[in-house]
Amino acid sequence: MKKVSAIIKPYMVEDVKNALKEIGVNGLTKSNVEGFGKQGGHKEIYRSKEYCVQFVVKAKIDVIVQDEMVDKVINVIIKITRSGEIGDGKIFVYPVERVIRIRTGEEGEKAI
Amino acid sequence: MKKVFFTLLFCFVSLFAFNIVQAEEMAVTQEAVAVTTDSVQAVPAAAVAEEPAAPKVDTGDTAFMLVCAALVMLMTPGLALFYGGMVRRKNILGTMMQSFVALGVITIIWLVYGYSLAFGPDVGHIIGSLKWSFLKGVGLDPNPDYSATIPHQLFMIFQMMFAILTPALITGAFAERFKFKSYLIFLVLWLTIVYCPLAHWVWGVGGWIRNLGGLDFAGGLVVHIASGTSALAAILIVGTRRGYRRENMPPHSLPLTLLGTALLWFGWFGFNAGSALSAGQLSASAFVATHIGAGSAVLAWMFAEWMHRGKPTVLGALSGAVAGLVAITPGSGFVTPISAMFIGIAGGLICYFAVNMKEKFGYDDSLDVVGVHGVGGLVGALLTGVFATTLVNPAGADASFGLFKIQALSALASITYSFVVSFILLKIVDKVFGLRVEDKEELQGLDLSQHGESGYRF
Repeated sequence: MKKVSAIIKPYMVEDVKNALKEIGVNGLTKSNVEGFGKQGGHKEIYRSKEYCVQFVVKAKIDVIVQDEMVDKVINVIIKITRSGEIGDGKIFVYPVERVIRIRTGEEGEKAI
Repeated sequence: MKKVFFTLLFCFVSLFAFNIVQAEEMAVTQEAVAVTTDSVQAVPAAAVAEEPAAPKVDTGDTAFMLVCAALVMLMTPGLALFYGGMVRRKNILGTMMQSFVALGVITIIWLVYGYSLAFGPDVGHIIGSLKWSFLKGVGLDPNPDYSATIPHQLFMIFQMMFAILTPALITGAFAERFKFKSYLIFLVLWLTIVYCPLAHWVWGVGGWIRNLGGLDFAGGLVVHIASGTSALAAILIVGTRRGYRRENMPPHSLPLTLLGTALLWFGWFGFNAGSALSAGQLSASAFVATHIGAGSAVLAWMFAEWMHRGKPTVLGALSGAVAGLVAITPGSGFVTPISAMFIGIAGGLICYFAVNMKEKFGYDDSLDVVGVHGVGGLVGALLTGVFATTLVNPAGADASFGLFKIQALSALASITYSFVVSFILLKIVDKVFGLRVEDKEELQGLDLSQHGESGYRF
């Protein structure tokens, strides 16, 4: 089992969620994050004072999937979110040791 | 900047022509308005108009003034929102509390001795006596010296709202770092030693600025110059915020600031039009001037910033509104609508410059009290000497070099007194109690460190 974690532009979340549903991924977790990589920050002006805001607002979505699904998920996410410009985001893949469904106590791939 | 400067210059050159035309038009239409009851109740100037035979409570004036007093009261929580939205999230409650608590502290001070010191029987032209302490002698019959058609207590409570609001204005300068206990002490001392004498000089019977002929319809000197210069004294002693110039400290909630600005604008109608102390032509004129001053300044600041910085900001539009309202305050009952437009534009532009220049001075006036209230009040006081006309208010004066000199002197006296006395009293409070919170408390935020509360819960 793997966790696929994607940091993407906030307005992409809805489309990504729908696309993942279509390939059978029915659960995901979203968090609001701020970060930066190659994408520079932006400037805000308050009372004529310029503030360089380096952190860019992004959304992080996490899905837990069977190993075989990982490539499919990655391709779907990239298809939806790739624009070719700096700021598209990144995808990370992590191993997951155990998954437990709290309600029933099921474990492993059954619990995904 | 050059474009903006020439725009300002153009405005001023055209205003004189405009003003003369306007005045002539008004002369034709206003022959019938010779000596009206309005001129009797107009906020005092050197010329004392006729007084009615025996003071009688007028229900129209009283109803109006009750509403105006309530409007001015609303400005204090409005100010809380205005400032609150501009500070960082961790300090919102602390900032708002500084405004709100004045509703408690100043209320008591005013009734115990504040009103008496400010408006009571004159002592040496510089202060009122304590004869009206605990509102002795302040009954429900009108006091003909101040407002002949409304109960004396109504005049008192109307003035109380001004006294509550003024020290709250100062808090914007030392936002995010002032100890609450020291702030309460400061409130009491500042009101007693700075506000009450100044109010007496400008508005009290026997006050020397009033006797001199200084015009301050609703508080350009007493409220805005006083708070603006006291703010300067305060920040010189308190020092800059931790991380000032290194860290980003942008406003955390401009929607709140907008709401606050709207409430201030709304309340300002009570502040200025109510200073006519009667419901009639003068209050209507002051209302119109107030609104035009505000609207003109919104555009002035917004366009200046757009040209200078590339974008028209919401905070700029809001700041412009406040700057315009401040600038029109001293002249609101003495000028024509077109003059009000020029005053608003001047207020918006000059305060915009002032706020921009702040960076060069190195002090941390967190929410621009000096740039908006101090500078705006000064601009308004001086321009009152340029635009005042007895065609609008027979109890006022006409613009002249002589009047301008009087306005300048009155402003200078207000600035000097406010600054010096505030500086001394703050130094003393600092020595005894300390004005500033500890580093640790400042980092944690005022909400938690001073009040044990969180403004927001996620």
